[in-house]
Amino acid sequence: MGIRRADSPFRFVSCMELREVMGQRAMDEQRLLELIEEVPADSIYYHTHSYYLRHAYTQGLFPNDFATWVTLHAHDRMLGERLGILDPFEFDGIEQLRGEILAIMGEHLSHIKTVPRATSGEPFEFVRSHVIEADLGLETRTLREFRDALAHVEVGAIYNHVCEARLRKGRLSGDFADWLSVEDGLSLPELAARVAKVGCLGLSLEGMREQIVRLCDRELAAQ
Amino acid sequence: MGAMLDQYREVAPQGTVEFLRQLGQRVEGKRMLHVNSTRHGGGVAEILQRLVPLLEELGVKTRWEVMTGSDLFYRTTKSFHNALQGTKQRITAEMYEAYLECNRENAKRLDLEADVAMIHDPQPAALIDARPEGSKWIWRCHIDVSTPQRTVWQFLRPYLVRYDAAIVSLPKFAQRLPLPQYLIYPSIDPLSDKNRDLTPEEVDQILARLGVPRDKPILLQVSRFDRFKDPVGVVEAYRLVKKSHDCRLVLAGGTATDDPEGAEVLADVQTSVGTDPDVHLLLLPPTANLEINALQRAATIVFQKSTREGFGLTVAEALWKGKPVIGGETGGITVQIIPGLTGYTVNSPEGAAFYAKLLLNDPDRMAAMGQQAKEYARHRFLITRHLQDYVGLMIALDQQGR
Repeated sequence: MGIRRADSPFRFVSCMELREVMGQRAMDEQRLLELIEEVPADSIYYHTHSYYLRHAYTQGLFPNDFATWVTLHAHDRMLGERLGILDPFEFDGIEQLRGEILAIMGEHLSHIKTVPRATSGEPFEFVRSHVIEADLGLETRTLREFRDALAHVEVGAIYNHVCEARLRKGRLSGDFADWLSVEDGLSLPELAARVAKVGCLGLSLEGMREQIVRLCDRELAAQ
Repeated sequence: MGAMLDQYREVAPQGTVEFLRQLGQRVEGKRMLHVNSTRHGGGVAEILQRLVPLLEELGVKTRWEVMTGSDLFYRTTKSFHNALQGTKQRITAEMYEAYLECNRENAKRLDLEADVAMIHDPQPAALIDARPEGSKWIWRCHIDVSTPQRTVWQFLRPYLVRYDAAIVSLPKFAQRLPLPQYLIYPSIDPLSDKNRDLTPEEVDQILARLGVPRDKPILLQVSRFDRFKDPVGVVEAYRLVKKSHDCRLVLAGGTATDDPEGAEVLADVQTSVGTDPDVHLLLLPPTANLEINALQRAATIVFQKSTREGFGLTVAEALWKGKPVIGGETGGITVQIIPGLTGYTVNSPEGAAFYAKLLLNDPDRMAAMGQQAKEYARHRFLITRHLQDYVGLMIALDQQGR
C-alpha cells in the first residue's frame, strides 16, 4: 500500500493568550455567582476553557478556576466537585456553559444557610482572555509528517486545533480529526474518530499530544 | 540571525522559539521603547538586559532609555515605592516638585519616539506629558499597588489614566483605572548566572567556599533579612524538623548595612539561631548570583515563608532547579506553588515544618514534585514566555488601533 498524500495539507496554527484583569472580585459565593452572570464571555472562557492552555502539561485541583477557588478559598468541596466535573468543551457555546455554572451554583446556594466566604482573604479575581493566533508555517501531507510535526509543535497549536476548534470554530471533532477524516485530507475515518475522542477525555494538552501521537504510531505500524 | 533566541531552544517548552519567530513577524519593524530609572541592579534592569536584544532579534526595533535624576528625585521615588506598597511615607511638596521637574528634564533629554513605549514603574510615569502623537504608551507596574497610600496614588493617577494600557504582575495588584490592565507575570532567565545549569563540581566548590557542608539535607531560604520574609519563622520551622530529621538550615540574604530594620531583623535571627552549628547565615552581596544558584541546587527543600510578598521570583528560581518549595500563602507565591504539585503553601512555622518532614520522609514524592516544579517553571516563568506576552500585547494594541 502506497503512502497516502493529502491533496489539502494540514497547516499548524498556534495561539497564545493575553490576559486582562477585569478589576472585579468576589469574596463569597453569592458575589461570585452575580459576577459570573455579568462578566463578558471572554472572562468565562478564561476561567474555564483556556485553563487548559495555562496548564498545558499537567492539571491542578480542578480544571476550572471557579471549582478550584470555591474549594480552596471558600472551603466548599461539594460545590467545587460539582463545578470541577464540567467539561467546557461539551457545551455549544460559552453562554450555555455560563448558564450551567449559574444553575449549579444557584441550586447549591439555595440549599445552604450560610454563604461560603473566602476565609483566606484571597478573592476570586476575574480575568479575561484575548487569544492571539500565529500560523507556524508548518504544513504536512502524510500521516508520518503529521505525526512528527505534532510531536514537536508548540503546545498552543494543540489547544488551537483541538480546543479552540471545538468551541469557536464549531468543529466538534477538532481540526486534527477533521483533516484526518476528509477526502482531501488523509481519508482515515477510523483514526479520525479515535483522535476526536482524545479531545473529550479531560487530558492536559501534553496528554492529548501523547495520545494522538500514539494513535498515529499505531496506524503507521498497521499500514 | 537567531543566535540568542536559539540558545533558549534547549530550555524553553518545545516549539517556543518557532512560535516566537512567527509571532514576531506580526510586529516586525515596529519601534518599541522601554524607559526605566536604572541600567544596572534590580529585577527590572536585569530582565530588560535580556529582553531588549531578544525583541530586536524578533525584528522589533527596540530601544531602552534610562532616566537620570537628582538624589532628591531618587529619595522621592523610593518613598513613592514604599507608599504605593502600603508603607506610610511623608512626602513634601518639594519632593513632588522634584519628581515632576526630573520627569520634565528627562522628557527633553530622552528620545521618546516609538510605536509602543513601555514605561516601567512610577519613576518615569509623568513622561506621559511628552508622549509623541500616535504612539501607544503602556505603564508597566512591577510593584504591588493594591493598598497604596492615597495621597501618592492620587498624585500619580492623573498621569496613569492617560496611558493606553497598564501591566500588572498579579490580578490583586491592579487598581481601579479606566484603561485595560493586562496580567503579565515577571520571569527568570534560565541562562543567567543565577539560573544556568551548574556542574556538580561547581556546586561543591561554591558550597565549600561558603562553608556549607553537604553531609545532611539542606533547608534553604534566600531572601533579604526583612520581617515580611519571616526568617525567624523559618528558624522555628527548622527547629521543629530538626527534632526528628538531622538537617542543615541555610538563610542566605543581602547584607543589611544600609537598612536599619534589616540589621535589627538579622540580630533577631542571630539570637534565635544561637550557637547551632547546623544553621548558616550567609550575608551575600547582590552580585552573588552563582552562589545563590549553587545553594538552590544543593538544597533539598527551599522555603519562601513570607508573610507578605510581591511576586517572589525566588520561588520560580527554586522551581526551575527542580526543588519543591514551601512558601507563605501570600502574593505571587500562590501562583507559583500549586499545593501538592510544585510544593506547599503554609501560614505558620508549624505548617512549614509539617510539609518539610513529609517531603524528607518521602524522597520519591520529593523527586516527582521537583520534576513537576521544573516543568511548571519552564511553561510559566521563563523569559521566553515573558517575551511572548510582550509581543502579544504589541499585536493586541496594534489591532485596537486599527
